[in-house]
Amino acid sequence: MNAVLPNARELRRSALVERLGLLALVAPALLLILVTMLLPVGWLFYLSVLSDAGAFSLEHYQRMWEHPSYARTFRTTFQVSALTTGICILLGYPLAYFLSEIPKRAANLCMIAVLLPLWTSLLVRTYAWLVLLQRRGLVNSWGIELGLWDEPLTLVHNLAGTLIGTVHVMLPFLVLPLYSAMRAIDRNYLRAAANLGASPLRSFWLVFFPLAMPGLVTGSLIVFILCLGFYVTPAVLGGGKVVMVSSRIANDIEIFFNWGAASALGVVLLVLTVLLVLAAGRLVRMDGVLGGEGKP
Amino acid sequence: MPNASLPISIAQITKTYGKTFALDHVDLEIRSGEFLTLLGPSGSGKTTLLTVLAGFTRPDGGSLKFGDTEMVTVPPHKRDVGMVFQNYALFPHMSVADNVGFPLKLRGVKPADIAQRAERALEMVRLGGYGARGVEQLSGGQRQRVALARAMVFEPRIMLMDEPLSALDKQLREHMQIELRQLHDKLGMTTVYVTHDQREALTMSDRIAVINGGRIMQLDTPRAIYERPKNRFVAEFIGESTFLPVQVRAGRVYLGHQMLGTAVAPQADGAQLLMLRPERLHLLGADEPADAGSNTIDATLLATVYQGDSSLFQAALADGTLVSVRGSSAGSLAPGAALRVCVSVEDTVLLAMEPAA
Repeated sequence: MNAVLPNARELRRSALVERLGLLALVAPALLLILVTMLLPVGWLFYLSVLSDAGAFSLEHYQRMWEHPSYARTFRTTFQVSALTTGICILLGYPLAYFLSEIPKRAANLCMIAVLLPLWTSLLVRTYAWLVLLQRRGLVNSWGIELGLWDEPLTLVHNLAGTLIGTVHVMLPFLVLPLYSAMRAIDRNYLRAAANLGASPLRSFWLVFFPLAMPGLVTGSLIVFILCLGFYVTPAVLGGGKVVMVSSRIANDIEIFFNWGAASALGVVLLVLTVLLVLAAGRLVRMDGVLGGEGKP
Repeated sequence: MPNASLPISIAQITKTYGKTFALDHVDLEIRSGEFLTLLGPSGSGKTTLLTVLAGFTRPDGGSLKFGDTEMVTVPPHKRDVGMVFQNYALFPHMSVADNVGFPLKLRGVKPADIAQRAERALEMVRLGGYGARGVEQLSGGQRQRVALARAMVFEPRIMLMDEPLSALDKQLREHMQIELRQLHDKLGMTTVYVTHDQREALTMSDRIAVINGGRIMQLDTPRAIYERPKNRFVAEFIGESTFLPVQVRAGRVYLGHQMLGTAVAPQADGAQLLMLRPERLHLLGADEPADAGSNTIDATLLATVYQGDSSLFQAALADGTLVSVRGSSAGSLAPGAALRVCVSVEDTVLLAMEPAA
């Protein structure tokens, strides 16, 4: 066994002080999360298992199970989220690719344009869409004037309107992580692929796409999850026709003052979201693109 | 695989970035099966020339032929040349076997044959059985070999290498130099090798093209490049050297008032430069007899630097010019001693006077 080395105690102490110092740095954030996240979520759980009379009961969950309207709401929520994510990918992937190919300075300028919507109030943007898309709005009047269509199209208070709004809001959340993943890809990989005989299309599918995959998964996941709980835009542009879980929660509280039902909805949404994140995490790791350094 | 090579013929290839020439009307004939090195300092255009060969850089104009086929407008994926990249560019999302099998897969080879040929290529670089591993699990030297296996698995007739050994440590680098050269001799493909390391170029090449400012300064065998450089840039870039201004009058070479013998008769009269290589010089005491067939120049010993395998002596000529001499020992010479620097007529090389690069 080691004899006691000189200064061993002092060195151990200084290591401890160093670690405590690091802990002190995260303490405010931890406290904030505890107060604003863990406690309310715990309270939510608690409320969701209380009956209206205040006794323990699973009636809120039971009602959700029995009433088909709840299933419909969840289906709508997942549908809107999936469609929004899909459209964001279709629009955002080429955009991120373009940004990653142009010189960095130009890309930064373009990035400002991509981020600009994020700096404007969500409510303002949503109502702006309402104005643009309504029956006699700018889009319809121009479309008819240009002869693109004859009758005013219904672009709000339906799925189409909701999707236009949500895609607009969510696009930057997809483009940002995707762009940085694409930027990080060493272009020598593509040169190597071409040199080894890959046409531009094949080098994209066999090399670029898999290497950009982590960025795509991250971006899609962010968009999808944000959509699951999205309230303002679907509520305004969906106009009660597209009922997402968040609208239903709002109704439960504002109209029915039923905190228990609202809480139960929140809990189910939270659980589904967490399951989704875990599933996605597993899926990506299986592909060996994320967390590749941990592979056996 | 005999005769599995093509000659490369480069004519008038020019590439400008703004107003600077990266490649300035380059003409170069590379023989079939030759190991040719493009040697030059960074920014000389050697890598640009290689990327033109690979098809990654579009030149402004010029002609590039592999065999008799004009290639300059052919996209990189249709050129069928192997290339080893400086950072290897192994695909991180594929196993070693998938990396090596990649070019075969693109060529529509049957999966069973791909596996077999990839394994054979890996055996060739002494990495048999490494196929299932991930790229991150390999050391730098192993990655280098995988990159090599991937570049040659589809039996290209031309192989390009962009400083493939620069990331390896010295010992491994010297080992790989020999291995690369042996592989080239075995497979016989035309190889164009880019390096800024003159020793590497001298060790490996059949011929060296010394490049600077987008132009080929000299194209010759390693021995000729080293012993008979055509200009000051080549002489300075390769090996150590000292230059002494000399005058040529009536076909005779004068250093000050002293006449020097040369192996090659000087071409023109006027001011020229005498190139001295430290290891081709030796020191003589003031009254030791000089060898026959050598020139001696009076000098004073200034300092001796011990460098392990040899010593470097600094001597000053009568006019104050410093000359370095490499040797094994200074004998009894102490700093300040009068001595003579001795150079054989064979090693007395004249260069045209021109500003240093």
